[in-house]
Amino acid sequence: MANFTPVSAAIGGALIGLSAVLLMLLTGRIAGISGIFAGLLNIRSEDKAWRIAFIAGLMLVPVIAGWIGYGMATPKLPANWAVIVAAGLLVGFGTRLGGGCTSGHGICGIGRLSVRSIAATIVFMVTAVITVAVTRHMLGG
Amino acid sequence: MEIISRIIAPLLCGLIFGTGLLVSGMVQPTKVLAFLDIFGAWDPSLAVVMAAALAVATPGFMLARQRARPVLAGQYFWPRKSDIDAPLVLGAGMFGVGWGLVGLCPGPALESLATLSPGVIVFVVAMASGMLLHDTWQASRPPLQPQVSINPDR
Repeated sequence: MANFTPVSAAIGGALIGLSAVLLMLLTGRIAGISGIFAGLLNIRSEDKAWRIAFIAGLMLVPVIAGWIGYGMATPKLPANWAVIVAAGLLVGFGTRLGGGCTSGHGICGIGRLSVRSIAATIVFMVTAVITVAVTRHMLGG
Repeated sequence: MEIISRIIAPLLCGLIFGTGLLVSGMVQPTKVLAFLDIFGAWDPSLAVVMAAALAVATPGFMLARQRARPVLAGQYFWPRKSDIDAPLVLGAGMFGVGWGLVGLCPGPALESLATLSPGVIVFVVAMASGMLLHDTWQASRPPLQPQVSINPDR
């Protein structure tokens, strides 16, 4: 547990929870990022303005952080492009089929005490842990 | 004052959400994978992020439910589905595999676009393709029930 950062994790987590509550309390919308983004991609979907505004806010954060000297490090991704593409496809298709991701099910759903979201969160946590175990410890990745 | 409900409030929420992801380190796939790697050098930080988020969100949503409507809008869009069905389990399972492969989920992936990392751009394009693939496939099937309701279901 050498890299455990409980204080920044707690502060960051509280901000994420606050954002989800404010979005619902103010605008009536669920802060599920996969749902917000998918709604942007659907030509028939109405009311794109709030989706664009939310995602713009999300993407502005590293830019603003950079201006004040806390620039975000470039994420470290696998060297294999096929793995990145496969992962992106699975995340995109899976979050639509399952109706949510870490934010929509993991935070908003569990926050509403939805049994459906608790089940989804357990399933994606378990398959993610198995995937990491297989790629890191069995395939020696 | 529609600009407040449709632009300013969601923009502010996106900024707060993104700050939370950045401060907690969850924008970094290495940090996320270190949580998922329970058989390696385990880093429980993500569990603390979720616990803290839920400590704020759970009472916050209860407060929201006590109001007939949101502060700035006409109605709540609470999710209506409550059953645990095959698409939920299959979809969540697929998402978990993709998440475990690179350590990116939709929020951090979109936020990381700001770094202009080619890998992140490819991931987001693939993610968008997966979403469109699903939605196109769904549209070709018989219509499903609407997924939102005007009134809270509980």
